[in-house]
Amino acid sequence: MAVVPATIETAPVERLRRIWETPPGLRGTLTTVDHKTIGKRYLVTAFIFLLVGGVEASIMRAQLAHSGLRLVSPGVYDQLFTLHGITMIFWYAAPILSGFSNYIWPLLMGSRDMAYPRVNALSYWTFLASGIFLYTSPFLGQAPNAGWFAYPPFTLTTYDPGLNMDFYALGLLFLTVSTTVGAINFIGTVTKMRAPGMSVNRMPIFMYGTMTTSFSVLFALPSLSVACVFLFLERRFGFPFFDPANGGQPLLWQHLFWILGHPWVYIVVLPAMGIVSEVIPVFSRRPLVAHSLVALSTVATGIIGFGVWVHHMFATGLPALSMSFFSGASVLITIPSGIAVFAWIATMWTGRPRFQTPMLFATGFIALFVIGGVSGVVTAAVPYDLQVTDTYFVVAHLHYVLIGINLFGVLTGFYYWFPKITGRMLDERLGKWNFWVAFIGFNIGFFPMHIAGVLGMPRRIYTYPAGMGWDTINLITTIGSYIFAIGILLFVVNVIVSLRRGAPAGPNPWDAGTLEWATPSPPPPYNFAVIPTVRSSYPLWEDRLPPSGETARGEERSSVFRGPVLDDKRETLGTSPLEADTMSVLRMPEDSPWPFLLTVALALVFYGAVFGVWWLAIAGAAGVLATLAGWFWPRSLEGGAVA
Amino acid sequence: MGQMGQGHPASTLAMHGVTGASQARLGWYLLVVSLVVVVVVCLLLGASAWRARRRRAAAEERELVHPGGSGLAWVMVGGIIVPAIVLTATFVFTVATLHANAAPWRPPAATIRVVGHQWWWEVHYVGGSPAAEVVTANEIHVPVGEPVRLVLSSDDVIHSFWVPEIAGKMDLIPGKTNETWIAARDTGAYEGECGEYCGVQHSHMHLRLIAEPPDRFAAWLAAQRRPAATGTAPSAGAQAFFSAGCASCHTIRGTRAGGRVGPDLTHLMSRRTIAGGTLENTRGNLAAWVTDAQGLKPGARMPTLAVQPDQFQQLLGYLETLR
Repeated sequence: MAVVPATIETAPVERLRRIWETPPGLRGTLTTVDHKTIGKRYLVTAFIFLLVGGVEASIMRAQLAHSGLRLVSPGVYDQLFTLHGITMIFWYAAPILSGFSNYIWPLLMGSRDMAYPRVNALSYWTFLASGIFLYTSPFLGQAPNAGWFAYPPFTLTTYDPGLNMDFYALGLLFLTVSTTVGAINFIGTVTKMRAPGMSVNRMPIFMYGTMTTSFSVLFALPSLSVACVFLFLERRFGFPFFDPANGGQPLLWQHLFWILGHPWVYIVVLPAMGIVSEVIPVFSRRPLVAHSLVALSTVATGIIGFGVWVHHMFATGLPALSMSFFSGASVLITIPSGIAVFAWIATMWTGRPRFQTPMLFATGFIALFVIGGVSGVVTAAVPYDLQVTDTYFVVAHLHYVLIGINLFGVLTGFYYWFPKITGRMLDERLGKWNFWVAFIGFNIGFFPMHIAGVLGMPRRIYTYPAGMGWDTINLITTIGSYIFAIGILLFVVNVIVSLRRGAPAGPNPWDAGTLEWATPSPPPPYNFAVIPTVRSSYPLWEDRLPPSGETARGEERSSVFRGPVLDDKRETLGTSPLEADTMSVLRMPEDSPWPFLLTVALALVFYGAVFGVWWLAIAGAAGVLATLAGWFWPRSLEGGAVA
Repeated sequence: MGQMGQGHPASTLAMHGVTGASQARLGWYLLVVSLVVVVVVCLLLGASAWRARRRRAAAEERELVHPGGSGLAWVMVGGIIVPAIVLTATFVFTVATLHANAAPWRPPAATIRVVGHQWWWEVHYVGGSPAAEVVTANEIHVPVGEPVRLVLSSDDVIHSFWVPEIAGKMDLIPGKTNETWIAARDTGAYEGECGEYCGVQHSHMHLRLIAEPPDRFAAWLAAQRRPAATGTAPSAGAQAFFSAGCASCHTIRGTRAGGRVGPDLTHLMSRRTIAGGTLENTRGNLAAWVTDAQGLKPGARMPTLAVQPDQFQQLLGYLETLR
């Protein structure tokens, strides 16, 4: 083992590149475990799902532009809103954040890879395969059609006999594999892979965000998996879980679903809040205000997020006492968000903000965050929630959350890290157009939905009569959402143009303070030529901040460009969970075909099950066992322990 | 003719119902507080941007700021203290409203059992005896100023009972009976809708709530209790009704029509709407509905009937006697 300290000038970078690089070609494409490649694949795939969901939304907005239109049939409309919902919530909003975390985390924490690189590859392949599985259904004309929360008994075969909800149940179950193994990987990574000295109080908020959501996923997702298994068993084999005629209980589904469903809201926003918490300090030219409080409030949100699920069920006829409890928890969860918002505002106020595109998006994010937050409080107040639940008020609220607090955070992240990922800057001029068109279009489109809901317009109606006072509002909403869509297209144009013609970025174009900016852009396959040591939250800013400040209060200094090389095989440092003391040299796995093959076998199981071709499902299951055996087959490894 | 629905505005902030009014008061409070919070935060964002414009000239663009304070006071005041006060007030208001709406101020004047169907509402006025029970559909009459008990259940999937101007939602869940109460403060006809997605025609599952003075309500109830006013002689219209197969789904009390799949038609013409509350009950709409239910409400359980033109006029004439 070569744990000799070196500097980035003396490190054997060519040898490191040989060790870490995935060979080009089909084999390399299917076997790579490079977190940067996987991260980019996640980002691109999830963004494509966003565009597909956007097309579905555009058709619905055309249908609703005026009362009584008949552009699509009621049955098609139902499939559109269901597909739109699950695509955006499950196949876009969470995976795109996993994309950022996959790409950025190891760079941000001074590591060479995620803790479980092959699991990381499995997480991506199953995400992609489950998405392809889901999108098989519209080509058969049998896309899911009962809304994204799919309440039985409507979703049982008596009322919904096609394959529609089988694709829903099995598609989500398939995706669960991806999300679960991804979460395990993030937890393993955050606890073991941080650069020496990156103690928990120095961890960037973006890492807190994804870490918290990963724990939430582990505790919440089994509930959805169980619900989907139950639903499939009841639909296909008549198990009596939800049908009251057979002694089942429809509300069982609602509890199981929302025990996942509400934490999921925080799963798709906390990492995005983390992105914004990285960007605002950089563009305000100072460290984040109240770093520890924001970190704590991130974790607190994740925990309280498990105590609020019943606020989706206030109209189901519950005792007033239990409604008060869940209402209280739903109100309480606002406090951690308030802390984050005022930490951002204070950072801007006491700093010197420069409004380049990432900062514009981050500022827009804060405004939309507050609107989506207060409308959430409105729905937490039980008596008025009984009025606005299942209306366009809720549609407005959830879009301010999912677009405002997720998509605007994601675009913040794209503008901020695109130079790191590609080595080129996104165009500033197009970026500003992108922001203003999207921001203004979004508010024109989605703010009036609040009013439609207050005026009694239910969600999930494919048309509405004239004279309800909804025509003008809906026309404005349609126009606004199309303007918003143009804003998103401007982003796509910007990416395509800048990939070819963007200005070269250099390692640190924003003069940021965190470790990812210490690497070249794009980073080499090994990320860091030497493993850095960290003594503050902003290692690259240390020399320029007063020693009395929050950072650099110790006598020691971070060592970013001098440290151990580790070039025997694929190696990085393993550190302790709290203080990040060096514990071991971790031997990281080589590229592997097994994650891809396991995904193919799993896909056979799911396709076999949905079409009732049981020999195919059984063959797939045998394939799963075989690939797992291949994956875990003991191999001799010269030099070092197995990671 | 055949136009879907003559909609009525149905604001959740209207105060025509007792519980609805208390919900609307909370709603107004929430909307005003929300607006203030959003405006304050946006002003702060704008102000910090404006300050930066002035400070940028003074300093080198990229240099880090060496702030005098930690900024923690912002977080304490704006992020914790003020929200804690506002949220506590909100929670107290919420619980107080919840408590006030838990039970009516006096025993209910009537008990109405509502059964949800894909995509219409079956309405029973529970009487002292089974004979005194009144069955109707998609139209609920209540005495103004009196609390009325609602007993809600579903025959198929989950629906939600919602008359925005009178009260918030309560779900109709198969295998479960939910109880709630409503009270109208003002006379009038109020639009109701299904509040939970329940299938392809969820959009066309409306109802009308008629709040009227107690004496008129009593008269209406008494009229509904009577069997159909069709006379005993079997008319050509009645024959058309039976030969078209209508009776296999619809009940007309006082005749042998006893179907339970669709709405009770005993006093069809007393109702203001048809087709799950989505069409005004006019002769034209009735004709359109009988001949082209699937065109008007695709997927509805009402089939498109193939009736001979002369029979069709007799059938319509017969339906019009069901007052």
